[in-house]
Amino acid sequence: MTETRILKYREALNEALLQAMQGDENIFVMGCGVDDEGGIFGTTRAAYEAFGKERVIDAPLSENAIAGIGVGAAIMGRRPVIVHARNDFLLLAMDQIINHAAKWNFMSGGKLDCPMLIRAIVGRGWGQAAQHSQSLQSLFAHIPGLKVILPSTAYDAKGLLLASLQDNETVICIEHRLLYEIEEPVPEEAYTIPLGKGDVKRSGKDVTLVAFSYMVAEALKAATLLEAENISVEVIDPRCVAPLDMDLILESVRKTGRVVIADTSWKSFGASAEIATRIYESCLRELEAPIARIGLPDQNTPCASNLEKEFYPGVDDIVKAVQSLTHPHHNASDYIARESSPEHAKFTGPF
Amino acid sequence: MMDPKTAADAYSRLIIIRLTEEAIAEEYKQQEMKCPVHLSIGQEAVAAGVSLCLSDQDVVFSTHRCHSHYLAKNGDLNRMIAELYGKKEGCAKGLGGSMHLIDEGVGMMGSSAIVGGSIPLAVGAALSFKMFNQPHIAVPYFGDGACEEGVFHESLNFAALKKLPVIFVCENNAVATSSPLLARRPANNIFQHGQVFGIPGYQVDGNDLASVYATAKRAREHAASGKGPVLIEARTYRIMGHVGPQQDCSSGLRTQEEWDQWKDACPIKRFEAYCDEKNLLSESERETMRRSTQLQIQEAFEIAKAGAPAEWIA
Repeated sequence: MTETRILKYREALNEALLQAMQGDENIFVMGCGVDDEGGIFGTTRAAYEAFGKERVIDAPLSENAIAGIGVGAAIMGRRPVIVHARNDFLLLAMDQIINHAAKWNFMSGGKLDCPMLIRAIVGRGWGQAAQHSQSLQSLFAHIPGLKVILPSTAYDAKGLLLASLQDNETVICIEHRLLYEIEEPVPEEAYTIPLGKGDVKRSGKDVTLVAFSYMVAEALKAATLLEAENISVEVIDPRCVAPLDMDLILESVRKTGRVVIADTSWKSFGASAEIATRIYESCLRELEAPIARIGLPDQNTPCASNLEKEFYPGVDDIVKAVQSLTHPHHNASDYIARESSPEHAKFTGPF
Repeated sequence: MMDPKTAADAYSRLIIIRLTEEAIAEEYKQQEMKCPVHLSIGQEAVAAGVSLCLSDQDVVFSTHRCHSHYLAKNGDLNRMIAELYGKKEGCAKGLGGSMHLIDEGVGMMGSSAIVGGSIPLAVGAALSFKMFNQPHIAVPYFGDGACEEGVFHESLNFAALKKLPVIFVCENNAVATSSPLLARRPANNIFQHGQVFGIPGYQVDGNDLASVYATAKRAREHAASGKGPVLIEARTYRIMGHVGPQQDCSSGLRTQEEWDQWKDACPIKRFEAYCDEKNLLSESERETMRRSTQLQIQEAFEIAKAGAPAEWIA
């Protein structure tokens, strides 16, 4: 057992990729800028230094072909890792991801696997605007044949990445730029976290708070604030949208009878809508209050920082949502002053 | 010139495609094959000529019109027909159907019904060969319509950049569903698409097996030697309609006169004449081959009809 060190989220990703590549010669990386000095915020740097440009390939700006080249290599037994500095570029590769990666195993009668990992980063803040900030997990989770993970901590990032690189399906890993600098103890040795297994990030008994990605960090802050009001919040991080650990969510909901779901993406037709529906289908009568959801409004991401501040829900929105379930008649509209999260405050340009 | 053994091999590939397609067109009327079929009649010489130059480990990727590519790559006829009937014994266990023939055992790595969709997959397979120093090559087959897709150009660029062992084979039948080539692009010059990437391009009479074979052989040598990809444009014609068991002159897409001309330019008749001229394979030998192929096809249909229904895979 090696010593546990403190690693940032991005360093955990960097280490996981390096360790996976050391253990499996079939793994290689493709993406625009994976070999440059920054190495996608340092997440491909160690792999590039260890294996060079033959296995960490700076790809042309051909998102669709690169995804298809990944599929072709994957069905020949390789494990491509494709990296996009922003989620939004995945939209150029939807044909290859949805029509090919997600279907080749099925269309071969189960004979050929397509083990590919696609990493994509959600931008937020500092004017990322409408085409650098989309959180597209629901789009991919809608499609059979794809797995979708959203690591929310450095520990999870490493374990989920390593698990994805042993999985035989295509996995989309949606990372959040605001999480890259968070840190915690991360074991040095390689370990995996099963895909589709959620995690109780904080135990509680009054309200279940299901949160994804960056909203887990916000949910934990909200839970601490609510503890001072004697409201005990259980924070569940499903860690994957597909497959979704409904057992864990339902177990918690049956205990608390109240649910808030906080997603990094739009509320409409999104993961929060799906989870709410499944809860209603399974245990409507065990609920003590309607389900509350936190997500983005039906609006594109503005650049201007004042509008950006209004656009993204935060700790206070979660606190209010929880209070509305536990104290429906309590008028606490400005109980908590909106505060900028520490991660957000640290975030400066140009990225 | 072709030797007699290669000529016999070529002829067997040509006729198994033609006779199977004709049998499908005939049987299709029974409504037991419940999937769209895109027949390759008239285009046989492209797949047959290219496949003659490929090893068992070389891989091909195909399109919705994939029967010829599968059979030419020595695909299993029984498993192909079973696939069209949606049977468990099918090459994709009945889950893919006519448009998704796949058999990794013979290097047929799959077929995409999305136009241009399998082109980058072949490039990925070639990248895999190169990374692991395997001496094989990858062939994506695609139609002229695919050359209008962005992914075709992205794939050419990447394959040229990394000098990958790919032979891009365009079956230019001059029509995409019902849209003529010159309604979709300013010139009939597909073989030139690789020029800016430094990819050698060849235009070949796709109904002349001997020309396709000679060109594919050169292309394979080039691609296998580490010099990078090659693009072959094979000009051909689909005798049947875009989909289904009938020809489509009545739709107004093409004239009966044009159709008759291409029917006369039949790749099988052309190859038979070539064999006669070069004394490669006699008519009686060909007749024997055709008969035995017919029996094989008849048996394949019987097996398929008696097959087990498809099941979900775990």
